Amino acid sequence: MFTFLVKRLFQALIVMFVISLVAFAIQDNLGDPLRELVGQSVSEEERQVLRDELGLNDPYMTKYTRFISNAVQGDLGTSYFFKKPAAEVILNKLQATLELVFGAALIIVFVSIPLGVFSAIHPKSAWTKLIMALSSFGISIPVFLTAIMLMYVFAIELNWLPSYGRGDTVNVLGWETGFLTKDGLLHLILPCISLASIMLPLFIRLVRSEMLEALSSEYVKFATAKGLAMNKIYYQHALKNTMLPVLTVGGVQIGTMVAYTILTETVFQWPGTGFLFLEAINRVDTPLITAYVIFVGLIFVVTNTIVDLLYGVVNPTVNITGKGA
Amino acid sequence: MKFFKTKLAVALLAAGLSFTSSAADVTVAYDADPVSLDPHEQLSGGTMQMSHMLFDPLVRFTKEFDFEARLAEKWERIDATTFRFNLRKGVKFHSGNTMTADDVVWTFNRLKVSGDFKGVFAPYEKMVKVDDYTVEIKSTEPYPLVLQTATYIFPMDSKFYSGQADGKDKGAIVKHGNSFASTNVSGTGPFIVTSREQGIKVVFERFDDYWDTKSPGNVDKLTLVPIKEDATRVAALLSGDVDLIHPVAPNDQKRVKTTKDIDLTTVAGTRIITFQMNQNSNPALKDVRVRQAIVHAINNKGIVKKIMKGFATTAGQQGPAGYAGYDQALVPRYDLKKAKQLMKEAGYEKGFKLSMMAPNNRYVNDAKIAQAASAMLSKIGIKVDLKTLPKAQYWPEFDVCAADMMMIGWHSDTEDSANFSEFLTMTRNKETGKGAYNCGHYANPTVDNLVNSANAETDPAKRGAMLQEVEQILYKDAAFVPLHWQNLAWGAKSNLEIAPIVNALNFPYFGDLVVK
Repeated sequence: MFTFLVKRLFQALIVMFVISLVAFAIQDNLGDPLRELVGQSVSEEERQVLRDELGLNDPYMTKYTRFISNAVQGDLGTSYFFKKPAAEVILNKLQATLELVFGAALIIVFVSIPLGVFSAIHPKSAWTKLIMALSSFGISIPVFLTAIMLMYVFAIELNWLPSYGRGDTVNVLGWETGFLTKDGLLHLILPCISLASIMLPLFIRLVRSEMLEALSSEYVKFATAKGLAMNKIYYQHALKNTMLPVLTVGGVQIGTMVAYTILTETVFQWPGTGFLFLEAINRVDTPLITAYVIFVGLIFVVTNTIVDLLYGVVNPTVNITGKGA
Repeated sequence: MKFFKTKLAVALLAAGLSFTSSAADVTVAYDADPVSLDPHEQLSGGTMQMSHMLFDPLVRFTKEFDFEARLAEKWERIDATTFRFNLRKGVKFHSGNTMTADDVVWTFNRLKVSGDFKGVFAPYEKMVKVDDYTVEIKSTEPYPLVLQTATYIFPMDSKFYSGQADGKDKGAIVKHGNSFASTNVSGTGPFIVTSREQGIKVVFERFDDYWDTKSPGNVDKLTLVPIKEDATRVAALLSGDVDLIHPVAPNDQKRVKTTKDIDLTTVAGTRIITFQMNQNSNPALKDVRVRQAIVHAINNKGIVKKIMKGFATTAGQQGPAGYAGYDQALVPRYDLKKAKQLMKEAGYEKGFKLSMMAPNNRYVNDAKIAQAASAMLSKIGIKVDLKTLPKAQYWPEFDVCAADMMMIGWHSDTEDSANFSEFLTMTRNKETGKGAYNCGHYANPTVDNLVNSANAETDPAKRGAMLQEVEQILYKDAAFVPLHWQNLAWGAKSNLEIAPIVNALNFPYFGDLVVK
């Protein structure tokens, strides 16, 4: 176990190094940050002075070395727009994104498992066909369209739900949460459904196929022959084994969801990291862009490692040390 | 900030619940929020909009481009280079300090060193205090635009901004990084900031000791939220989450207009959108007949009608109606037959190739306009290689004039015709900084001389004639392709009286906003 951890850590470091290199290399191609910092009538000389001040005229290696030596000390640069350390800005916005992802994950868990199981148990039912049809439909609609349609129906036409932002939040132990106020919860509904809509069809299908596989396995046949109650076979034996791959995929996908909230957050003006990133690109806020790319890379590395570890815990036959396999 | 809040609470108590039934609380959604609370950090629309809420200028523009007295009560020209302002007495800053000539001079000196604003104040040598409520501004040469530039002087509380905070000068202008002035504010304006989360919202509350007691405004609390997406901003208005939005995209205007209890208010804008024709990179564009052919081939009326949905005013010159150099006779010139004829005369009957670049997220429908223009040019045989880029990547290309035709929009900082020429059509000159955005490389000494003389002419009639002549020459030479002036639009609930407070400058005077 220990050697595995060390190995994983080492790999993670290499991955992070490569990500930092890439994130830094794209900086120069993103545009001129000065344009967003000064008015359009400011002269070129003025801009050059500012460029020198910001160190933008230094050679690539100088800039990169400076960046890395600061980065290992935890300083990822200062955002031009927010005028605060980039890492602090991202962590601040992360709360909103995590709440959005958590809300979407709840929807996915509570919708995909029952629907997936149902359609596996009753493969010929008309309901199953409807669920499958809807899920292929769902997977093919881009998320911004889903979001705009939801907003149109529920915010503009029916006027039931708010159209943008997080609404009222309360501070619980330093965490600004929207889950504890009525207004905050109302604001969460549409963005969470939109975000969930990307992953939901995938999970319904995953649960269904895993469940089907479990149901056709020897031990289920044996249990049926033995005369066990069908409900017990479904929910105690088969479902348990279905959950294993779902857990693996789910873990990886949560990381993906944190990174891919960009569209949902942009449409709903959700003050999270995805929206922040898109804005940073528009404003050529290069320190923030670099920090975000590194941060997302870190999320992927961490979630993948955790999933690998969990896999070993849930399924003892998985030999994570790689010995004697 | 806390200090102000406490002060507000005390004042309210003292006034004995002075809130009347007319007190209003509105939420405004813009496409961006101010980058800083420092009015001198960045010369941009966002900063100016904020300045009109937290500060007051010496004078301000009316809807008709006249001047209205604000912190200056009276003004007069003493001689060709001296201009006197008599300041209003009894004006309080948010901190409680009283505004005097010292604050105005302090502010002027700060503007002179601000990277973004010093260009506007370059013609001036200094400002001097005559007495506590009189200042004189002195220019190095006779300068006609004193009142125009005075709209940029928003007196700041010099006592509040003097001294040290965290070992740094409180008055320092810092472009990138935290400064006292970028997070703390004391002006004379109708509102104070009670909370601010950058990119999420700014909450303004009415300043109790506001000097302008005649202002009809009854907004006590104004929350400004940035909503970047056009569709989301409109949705927020239609669903009642916000009371006022700006801008309203052309595609959404009909929807806003036809919705019950929501009104659309539009004002003809002053930002000109043009194409420049680069005479250095493409020899064909050196020929005035070819340039005229291009101007005649581009149907800018059609662009305004179809692409802008009528949300723009078709242009034939740089400055819009109301500006000193506006000449009614210079109308848009779309005429395909004539364009073909001109191409033939110039010996380009078979056409030629040129490259075109335009941004795709800077001006309203910029990329679509460029696509339409390149299709129109193909009708006279000009094969256009069009590239559209996000503004972040576009500006570096524009800096090196990378294409034969480049799109550029311009808003005159002084609301005056000469400014367009100074940046867009005067001969490029590194020394003087003139023609800094002239990617057409159009160079005409007559134009240069006329603009320079106009900038030293204090007689408005003579000056206007010179600037009109400039427009006429540019028209005749087809120095650039005029497209249109973008309109401005606000969508608001019907109980907000928007029309009186909005203007072509896009600095709504929220202090005077009446909510029924």
